[in-house]
Amino acid sequence: MREVLVGLGSCGLAAGGLKIYQRFAELLGSDCNGAVLKKTGCIGMCYAEVLVEVRDEEKGSTFYGNVTPDKVERIVESHVKNGKAIPEWVVSPNGSNSKQKRIVLRNCGVIDPDNLDEYLAREGYQALEKALTQMTPAEVIQTIADAGLRGRGGAGFPTGTKWRLAAASKDTQKYVICNADEGDPGAFMDRSLLESDPHSVLEGMVIAAYAIGADTGYIYVRAEYPEAVKRLRHAIAQATARNLLGSNILGKGFQLNIHLKEGAGAFVCGEETALIASIEGRRGMPKVRPPFPVEAGLWGHPTCINNVETLANVPWILLRGSEAFSALGTEGSKGTKVFALAGKVKRGGLVEVPMGMTINEVIYDIGGGTLSGKPFKAVQIGGPSGGCIPASLGDTPVDYEQITATGAIMGSGGMVVMDETTCMVDMARFFLAFTQNESCGKCTFCRIGTKRMLEILERICAGKGKEEDIALLSELGEQIKSSSLCGLGQSAPNPVLTTLRYFLDEYTAHIRDKKCPAKSCLPLVEFHIVEDKCTGCGLCVEACAVGAISGAKKSPHKIDVLKCVRCGKCITVCNQGAIEKR
Amino acid sequence: MIQQNENNRMARGAFERMLWRHRGEPGKLIPLLQAAQDSYGYVPQSAIEQISDVTGIPSAEICGVITFYKQFRLKPLGRHIIRLCKGTACHVVGAETISQVLCDELNIAPEETTEDGLFTFTVVACLGCCSLAPAMMIDDQTYGRLTPQKIRNLIRQYRRNAQKTAGVAASAKA
Repeated sequence: MREVLVGLGSCGLAAGGLKIYQRFAELLGSDCNGAVLKKTGCIGMCYAEVLVEVRDEEKGSTFYGNVTPDKVERIVESHVKNGKAIPEWVVSPNGSNSKQKRIVLRNCGVIDPDNLDEYLAREGYQALEKALTQMTPAEVIQTIADAGLRGRGGAGFPTGTKWRLAAASKDTQKYVICNADEGDPGAFMDRSLLESDPHSVLEGMVIAAYAIGADTGYIYVRAEYPEAVKRLRHAIAQATARNLLGSNILGKGFQLNIHLKEGAGAFVCGEETALIASIEGRRGMPKVRPPFPVEAGLWGHPTCINNVETLANVPWILLRGSEAFSALGTEGSKGTKVFALAGKVKRGGLVEVPMGMTINEVIYDIGGGTLSGKPFKAVQIGGPSGGCIPASLGDTPVDYEQITATGAIMGSGGMVVMDETTCMVDMARFFLAFTQNESCGKCTFCRIGTKRMLEILERICAGKGKEEDIALLSELGEQIKSSSLCGLGQSAPNPVLTTLRYFLDEYTAHIRDKKCPAKSCLPLVEFHIVEDKCTGCGLCVEACAVGAISGAKKSPHKIDVLKCVRCGKCITVCNQGAIEKR
Repeated sequence: MIQQNENNRMARGAFERMLWRHRGEPGKLIPLLQAAQDSYGYVPQSAIEQISDVTGIPSAEICGVITFYKQFRLKPLGRHIIRLCKGTACHVVGAETISQVLCDELNIAPEETTEDGLFTFTVVACLGCCSLAPAMMIDDQTYGRLTPQKIRNLIRQYRRNAQKTAGVAASAKA
């Protein structure tokens, strides 16, 4: 018997996965040697979407990458019906999976996320049963503490300690919240996890609620993730129907009701006090801590907030024991970490590696190196709160303390690879523009300081930078870090400070030489037409607003550098790729 | 026109039912605003007043919440919403150029609606399909690995479809 699985996470859907699924459904019809067609979540190899897995009982799994509707027929005829794989279309998961260790992603791309039975068949809710029948809440907390699990949302606070603090409160009303407000641009771990294996997160939440004594839970999820919201809603209904959620969980008299709260588009709501304010229906602005949410959180009651990935680790730890988890990783960082590998990397996607693996290993052994094949220049870790780590520090292991030492942070797990065509000053400007825009405005330094920093960076990118700007940027950065209330402001200058630390030469090239070494800041580059490539079609002449391009039809054109205002429009209209930046 | 009024009436009905059902519950302001936006496509002044009347939350506070979150709109949207991703992964592969091309093709700036009411162009922080960068969504459909040419073709295709349906509607009327 063979099974056909089509990856239908957001990535797969965006690449046209639904059409592929429908085509398979048409071709397989009602009976096809008993083959079964299934939907699944994110398989992790997003670079090769649409992905289709053909699972053979005897021969194991074969993955087909970049599947288009025309390829479906041959896959069905040759492989599904006759058992003959098509080697030229196969993508090998070995390159990207061999060094991975899947704990959080154990079910992603393996099960149908809408089918509770498939989750149950893979030890689903067994950890919950074990906790409710064999363990006291204190024992559950001790197991998580012994495992050394730390919060995967970015800051790395020990989960066991957080639970113990929440459990210690005498308040009769407590809450658990799952923070699924994944806002970092370039990060999609939580989305994929919620879409591909929602029950593992729900199970983790119920265990957390049991451990601290909460009876109500909230999942705060980004409204920009419609597919995740849909699947979560479905999963909650299924679990409630089977008494895995609700008023009498597994018949043990334990109660937990989970509500879904859709965010309304504010990055700062990923911060826990802002998130609470948002659930309460107010503007999502952070508060002074203490009191911490574990003492006085949602509506003044003790509230335990955990990240999606943290919660998905919990069932695994309870079933396998704390030693199995703490055996992985480094001294201070145990277990695994999921990264969203993106940018100029060959095999981008979702990867899960044991803590302690070096950045080089993640990029080269798992990601397959850069698109161009040249060495990478820098890697951005931790999104807008993180920083750019240069290739020279590629041996840094993935570990909370070691990454923090470079000036970046572990963050939620975005890892964007950059090569020599990425300008680091522009990168710093990009991230600061993001945090500046998302600053809630409560703290003066975050509100106004980031604005001033952004203006300076824009000036530098436009070739109008001054020598003293560099010192001013560092000074402002340090001040914003020390005088902001929440993580957003405290980390907003990180991308600027790390690029200043490792790529100062690029800043000076912009300021002194008025050159952008990556040829990415348009005001600092010159446009030229490559004669051999130009067909003289005249499209660029039409597009140029200042009449800087001239030349007779069907013979190579020329750009007058003095007239050119460097808007870059000619590049977007040229079909020959004949316009070059120098 | 009659059809449109009918639709409006139904939308109002759904929103009002939700409003009365949840009026006493704490923390319902954001879901109520989301319901209003789902019903009308934006949050009209009348909805703000209604929410304020029923829940007792001052309308100034409601406006404060609306303007804090990016999701809420105080103006009607175009027929198609274009959401261009400007996440990190999209940025490094040229989202800025894509944005420029869209502005040129639509003849509007980001966060504006075209004069014919066909498109609203907005920029979002991250759509989360980084491996398809540069990416954008038109309504619920995601388009990845964009190039300037691909975008121009797409927009023109939407325009042609709109003209076609307008033509069909006109001839049906006649």
